Amino acid sequence: MNRILRSRAVAALTSPHGVDRYLEQLNPMWAAHEVRARVVSIHREVDVAGHPAVATLTLQPTSTWQGHRAGQHVQVGVEVDGARRTTRVFSISSPESRTGDRFTITLRANPDAPERQGVSRFLVERARPGQMLHLSQAAGEFVLPDHVPEHLLMISGGSGITPVMSMLRTLQRRTHRGRVTFLHYAQSPEHQIFAAELDDIRRSGHGIDVHLLHPELGDPNLSPAFLERLVPGYREVPTWACGPAPMVEAVRAAYDGSDALRVEYFKPPLTRSDGATGAGGGDVAFERSGVSGENTGATLLEQAEALGLKPEYGCRMGICFSCTSRKTEGTVRNVLTGVESSLPGEDIQICVNAPVGDCAVEL
Amino acid sequence: MNTTTLTDEQLERFGEEMDAIRRRIIADLGDEDAAYIRKVVKSKNGFEIAGRALFYLPPAWPLAVAALSISKILDNMEIGHNVMHGQYDWMGDPALSSRMYEWDNVCPSEQWKHSHNYIHHTYTNVLGKDRDIGYGILRMDEDQKWHPYYLGNPVYALLLMIFFEWGVAMHDLEVENLVKGRRTMAENKALHAGIMRKVKRQALKDYVLFPALTGPFFPLTLAGNATANLVRNIWAFNIIFCGHFPAGVATFSQEECEDETRGHWYYRQLLGSANITGGKLFHVMTGNLSHQIEHHLFPDLPARRYPQIAEEVREICERYGLAYNTGPLGKQLGSVARKICRMALPDRPRRTPEPVVAEPVAA
Repeated sequence: MNRILRSRAVAALTSPHGVDRYLEQLNPMWAAHEVRARVVSIHREVDVAGHPAVATLTLQPTSTWQGHRAGQHVQVGVEVDGARRTTRVFSISSPESRTGDRFTITLRANPDAPERQGVSRFLVERARPGQMLHLSQAAGEFVLPDHVPEHLLMISGGSGITPVMSMLRTLQRRTHRGRVTFLHYAQSPEHQIFAAELDDIRRSGHGIDVHLLHPELGDPNLSPAFLERLVPGYREVPTWACGPAPMVEAVRAAYDGSDALRVEYFKPPLTRSDGATGAGGGDVAFERSGVSGENTGATLLEQAEALGLKPEYGCRMGICFSCTSRKTEGTVRNVLTGVESSLPGEDIQICVNAPVGDCAVEL
Repeated sequence: MNTTTLTDEQLERFGEEMDAIRRRIIADLGDEDAAYIRKVVKSKNGFEIAGRALFYLPPAWPLAVAALSISKILDNMEIGHNVMHGQYDWMGDPALSSRMYEWDNVCPSEQWKHSHNYIHHTYTNVLGKDRDIGYGILRMDEDQKWHPYYLGNPVYALLLMIFFEWGVAMHDLEVENLVKGRRTMAENKALHAGIMRKVKRQALKDYVLFPALTGPFFPLTLAGNATANLVRNIWAFNIIFCGHFPAGVATFSQEECEDETRGHWYYRQLLGSANITGGKLFHVMTGNLSHQIEHHLFPDLPARRYPQIAEEVREICERYGLAYNTGPLGKQLGSVARKICRMALPDRPRRTPEPVVAEPVAA
């Protein structure tokens, strides 16, 4: 069926819109090219009063989902803030999957996101089973290799546990015979994600050493000395590390450029400058051309031109949309309306939008 | 030719009042606008599928043609034209994004966005700049110099109406400038290739594949598809010609628009456009281009908002003593037809120019 729907004949018949535009109206779970998913269930992993909650969402993807390798992530788009589709990237927490298989994502509600705009807040706090999500295919190079080494070391912090959990679960499913050292840092035992499952794994043995550490409660911090005590000769042991930037930096320093280390970190969000006028401050990055400069407070089009770029434009007054470009990160202010917008992955008209603080644009 | 009737201060305040409407609507965009456009898309798909299917029942041929015509009109006007203006870009839905949308029309969206969004909407009714004044074929203004070629004005208009989508497709090639030697074939090479790609896809679908799918009814289906394209051409031509060509609509010289203020830009959009009165269904079928004035003031606001703000715009015009050109379809069409015929002939000795300031809203 899918082969027919993806055929050139069907493409020609449904030109110029494509077959997915028709299929989605018959059933949102029908697709020939796009990937969507229905939320099957939502399970709270961590719910500490006064702290952002963590939840695992089980997703039933469309048959177009090509599966994932343990450690990969997926883009999730959902309509928040009055029908505005917003997309964020989340790691997959379930073991490797095949075409059309159900999988889970585990995420913490980002407390810094504006209440109505945050994707993670929506998914954790407000989504209900049945909710449709727009997905990408799984992506990312932070994966378990096909040929698994004898001894693996996994180091994670906070919600950075998700990709390594997918790896650990995959190893268990593949009945890996070797040794796994699983090291995780959390704020406290109450903040521990997958606590019960990790406890079971620890007790069952099977060559998996689980170490759950809470430095705020007196457990040792991550250091070369501590790693050496835990895993002698750790710099030679294939290692996967994922977590907040300070933790990943500490791991990097401890490995001193060793090839055995693979890292993934959750990119810290770009900061908004504190300038009272909102203009200027920070850096503007034009990602495709690899050019960046200090934010002068002028419109993105003017700043791009000042840096020698030649973006496409038309009216230069916000009417014609010739200059529409994708802002990947940061806040911009519309110079006509004064409205500021911080949505990531948003299409903006660069002729009438000026960056506020750091900003990155696909140009 | 128009000369500004407002003082600089009045123009500035007029512009601020328009900006205020714009800001208010933008702040209010959300679920209702999204639901509306999706409903229109759904209806369009319904009419399209019904139309294609009814060709299997030869007695239902007129119904099939009607359904397909409605689908094409909705696709090109309320959906295509408006989506490509970026009216729904804030939704972040790739299916409704000005950067991605392609319409059921032989003109490639990329080229249409250049000639329409940029050239026509930025330089609306500025002689020598706005190529929509006569589309390089017709004489539609006294200030276009008369030439014996224009004796054919009514015939050219009739042909343009019948082959409207082809005229639109060729618009960006600037054939008139090619003839005058102001443009070279080399400049058109890429554009020409783009048009041919789109033409092939459209022709394959409407004139080969769908007719072939109906087997023995091939000639009937072919004729039906051609008729639906013709109906859409005639309808779109008539609605669009009522937008800028009825008597009383002002044109502007390049000199008076040099270093134009935002206020004057709004002023020019208002006096350079004309509305058509009618019921709700009529407005939808025109893509709300029956509110050409509001569309030109706010080309990127969702068109369903135009009827809502029309009253307010009219009230503002009344206060500033500015003409608000509107009337029923028959009246506006008659006025356009008379102009097409009058412009075929050389100018009669100068009469007093038509008043720019109309009697405060009488229609």
